[in-house]
Amino acid sequence: MKVSLEEVRHIAKLAKLKLKEDEERKFRNELSQILEYMDKLNELDTVNIEPLSHPVPVENVFREDELKPSIPREEALKNAPDTNGEFFKVPKVI
Amino acid sequence: MSKLKAFKDASCESIVSEYLSRIEAKKELNTFLQVYQEEALERARSLDKKNEAGDKVGKLAGMVVAVKDVIALQLNPLTCGSKILENFNSVYNATVVDLLLKEDAIIIGKTNCDEFAMGSSNENSAFGKVLNPNDLTCVPGGSSGGSAAAVAADLCDTALGTDTGGSIRQPAAFCGVFGIKPTYGRVSRYGLVAFASSFDTIGPFARSAEDCAKVLEVISGFDFNDSTSISRPVPKFSETVKLGVKELKIGIPKEFFQTGLDTEINNSIVEQIKKLENEGCEIIDISLPHTQYSIAAYYILTTAEASANLARFDGTRYGYRNPDSKKLDDMYTRSRSNGFGDEVKRRIMLGTYVLSAGYYDAYYLKGQKVRRLIQNDYIEAFNKVDCIITPTTPTTAFKLGEKISDPLAMYLSDIYTTSANLAGIPGINIPIGFDSKNLPIGMQVLANYFNEEILFRVSYFLEKSK
Repeated sequence: MKVSLEEVRHIAKLAKLKLKEDEERKFRNELSQILEYMDKLNELDTVNIEPLSHPVPVENVFREDELKPSIPREEALKNAPDTNGEFFKVPKVI
Repeated sequence: MSKLKAFKDASCESIVSEYLSRIEAKKELNTFLQVYQEEALERARSLDKKNEAGDKVGKLAGMVVAVKDVIALQLNPLTCGSKILENFNSVYNATVVDLLLKEDAIIIGKTNCDEFAMGSSNENSAFGKVLNPNDLTCVPGGSSGGSAAAVAADLCDTALGTDTGGSIRQPAAFCGVFGIKPTYGRVSRYGLVAFASSFDTIGPFARSAEDCAKVLEVISGFDFNDSTSISRPVPKFSETVKLGVKELKIGIPKEFFQTGLDTEINNSIVEQIKKLENEGCEIIDISLPHTQYSIAAYYILTTAEASANLARFDGTRYGYRNPDSKKLDDMYTRSRSNGFGDEVKRRIMLGTYVLSAGYYDAYYLKGQKVRRLIQNDYIEAFNKVDCIITPTTPTTAFKLGEKISDPLAMYLSDIYTTSANLAGIPGINIPIGFDSKNLPIGMQVLANYFNEEILFRVSYFLEKSK
């Protein structure tokens, strides 16, 4: 298979996901199958092809560095799972 | 219902009431996640008053619109069909919502969809699957399945959906309605929850080409809040829709009519092509040689973008937080693992994989190069033709449960739609009839950048020549 169980665990860690054992096996099979399908792209010689990251031409959009009102603090905190009224509150970091 | 015109045949209020009772009667379809009964009636009454008083009303006055629940409506829930956003309320309106309201549309509710717009069958919603109004044992398509089904079942006049790889056109085909994916950048994405930012577009579903054109005209245009929206004039689609199709050059790409395409769909499209030819269109055989690589490139690039976009859901500032986590990192991981559904996790995993050290060049960069080749195919084709006709889907609506346990088979059902998003060009689904199982058949028309006008003209002509 294209992807090993160790790789699945490594990728899950990078993606901040915790998978159950059966999920690890399932994703190993499915990701392997999908990635094998994607190897189809190797049929194409793309050495001199410029990669395309955005479908229509865009340029940097600049604006003046001016102070503008933003949403009030109470609004911004309204959807938070936990706050102290002024800040987002999270479990301890260390 | 669909024939009633606001103010002329009936008051806005009675039209809204009628839709509300139809929504209630068709609850089993599971199309709506939220219905704004009071707000919609209130708005309808004030529009009726405005009209009676002789005041000028907006371009969409009395039009009853449903909005896919990945688009923000201030002070209302925005779930994205996900448990992780179950209790989230929008702080502001999406630009498209502001534009609809400014022209006096009535928003009747938010529609169900695949979680974070990821899916082709609308079976990935945390709030249950949507059924196809044409056959309750079939999927409505996805990811904008709720919007397509709501329009098909006559529960609203029009609906907004989003299209990242076919999520408007494919459900429009499965449900038998018009659905347009505009050119990338034509419509502001401000207030749309991002899935794959360089692919995502917002567009309308409708039962007529004219209504579809009207809504797109209103929601199009540059927006200061979306730096990828394009600053160029918006044509009056609602007027040009009737310009006819005479002398249009129409390309038929052989790659879209090969093995795998249902015979009845093929035959039905051939009939439409004949009608267009009889009307004076020139039919030209063309080739889009990289078509067979579009699904692979699409799923590499969109999962990569999705894995980055969905990093923001970590239980810190909004959305679901796992209550038992004692440490920050644990909180991120457990909130995401409990909050996201299966397909979303699968795509985050895939996207993280193709971006990870050692695989970036082999997958992500390769995908971007193939994206260029696919775009070049279209640029070359549009040097010769005004639009391109293809099937929208290889089959008509498939059965509920048929593909849900085989992700690759599900991905392959987008075979005819993803290339338009890779290139960024506009495409529309035109409902052209029914197969022997009585399921709708859809035909896709693609046009060059910013040429949505042609798509509406072809749609209108075929609609009227039925």
